[in-house]
Amino acid sequence: MSESGNLFAQQEANRRRSRRLVIGFILFFAWLGFGGDFIFYEYTKGAAPGAYHHVFPVFGIILSIIAASMAWWAWTTGPKRVIWSTGARELTDPETPQEKQLDNVVEEMAVASGLPKPKIWIIPDADPNALATGHDQNTSSIAVTQGLLDLCSRDELQAVVAHEMGHIKNLDVRLMTQLAALVGAVTLIGDGVGRMMFYGGNPLGGGRRSSSDRDSRGGGNGILLVILLVFWIISWILAPIIMRLMALGVSRDREYLADAMSAQFTRNPLSLATALGKIEDADAPTKSIKGGAAQMCIADPTGRHLNSKEGKLAELFGTHPPMALRISRLKAMGYQTEPGAIAGSR
Amino acid sequence: MGLIVLLIIVVVLGFWFVGVYNNLVSLKNQVFNAWKQIDVQLKRRHDLIPNLVETVKGAMNFERDTLEAVVQARNKAIAVQAPAAGTAPSAQQVQQTAAAESQLSGALGRLFAVVEAYPDLKSTGNVAQLQEELTSTENKIAFSRQLYNDTATQYNTKQQQFPSNLVAGFAKAAPAELWEITDTTERENVKVDLSMNPKK
Repeated sequence: MSESGNLFAQQEANRRRSRRLVIGFILFFAWLGFGGDFIFYEYTKGAAPGAYHHVFPVFGIILSIIAASMAWWAWTTGPKRVIWSTGARELTDPETPQEKQLDNVVEEMAVASGLPKPKIWIIPDADPNALATGHDQNTSSIAVTQGLLDLCSRDELQAVVAHEMGHIKNLDVRLMTQLAALVGAVTLIGDGVGRMMFYGGNPLGGGRRSSSDRDSRGGGNGILLVILLVFWIISWILAPIIMRLMALGVSRDREYLADAMSAQFTRNPLSLATALGKIEDADAPTKSIKGGAAQMCIADPTGRHLNSKEGKLAELFGTHPPMALRISRLKAMGYQTEPGAIAGSR
Repeated sequence: MGLIVLLIIVVVLGFWFVGVYNNLVSLKNQVFNAWKQIDVQLKRRHDLIPNLVETVKGAMNFERDTLEAVVQARNKAIAVQAPAAGTAPSAQQVQQTAAAESQLSGALGRLFAVVEAYPDLKSTGNVAQLQEELTSTENKIAFSRQLYNDTATQYNTKQQQFPSNLVAGFAKAAPAELWEITDTTERENVKVDLSMNPKK
């Protein structure tokens, strides 16, 4: 990130970064599937006319189908389950002043973002947190915990709701569900193939001897193919962790982006900064929000201890960026930068 | 071979043209929609005021003038707003709306000041509710203007940037005017300048 803390500049930088990550993610996925097909195709190309020729990319297609059906399943059942699992109640008829204020704030942010007003849910949990979910911009939901309502001022509540509206406007629920499904498919197949190779021997091993004479004919190509194969197998072994890390990287960028969207909607980045500070200080895990929904929350519900240490580990494994960095970026948007505060952040 | 390359270039340019054209049209509609949203919010404000005045009348048996001013300003604003039907408003209509709305904003502002000045009044349940509702309504108006300005800026930028400015003429894109709000004083009438030319 450059020094210019301007909120539109930050939005643009985050969009670019997360687009690049998603492209990398998809290319890696394609390499795992169709890359294997390509190696096998090259491998069987020179085989005798009657022998097996790997022309149809079976592996890539099977992997894609599994990933697509997992994504579909997560997509159709996910959003409803997320809300249901928190034990939240829908706010249809606001009665107390507190509820009335929440209702107003959500409506204001719907106006500011130009989206229809989402459904509002209140989670009976004392820890301050909030999450957004839903299939698209027209059928979205925002849930906030009772703790958040009790803790935050009107402006802070508005900033948090605006962050969630930012997730909705950016279609983050869809993006993160789909990435999670890709990770799931690769992990599932990786496990299966790993077990198969462990017990049944290398599935490609059968053809190796028959083509050894071909290797001696065109040696360079053969060696290249073996290197490619080894690389491919290593990719598969490391795939679950690599893909998870990439998905987490996307998640963190979307958090920064949602923060910047919040600043755009409220034109008051400093109230989100103070709200985040309060949420950070509360620092108890939000028990009623399960880990799967973490990416859509304002702060990691599984406890913020990892995020609060600004170590490399927190950078890699958190669904959310460290609070201190988020706050310093928000302050930069509000033109309250302490010199060097955001220099450390990429 | 040369023919194929030429064909590819033409097709790519064609796709680019269609993309930019559609983008401009969709932005133009977004600007128009955002403009309509401001109207919607202003109407909400007008609809809300009678109820609120009714609620606080009991709690406020002093400062009747302030309440009266709010009601009058609201009625004036409604009278002005009536003609806008379907089409983009004329410059004159916009100016009249602006004047009436600025009076209403001023009257509401004074009501706010009254409520702030009497802590006892502020603690009454109904009045606290009034204040929340007024805050929210004023916020919604401000946010709808903000959305309009953001969208209009995006639209204008797209028209001016190279190379999309080459397509702007075909899409009949004309720069959209921004809402400019100038605060002359903080306590007196808030003067609102809605200098917006009719859009094509």
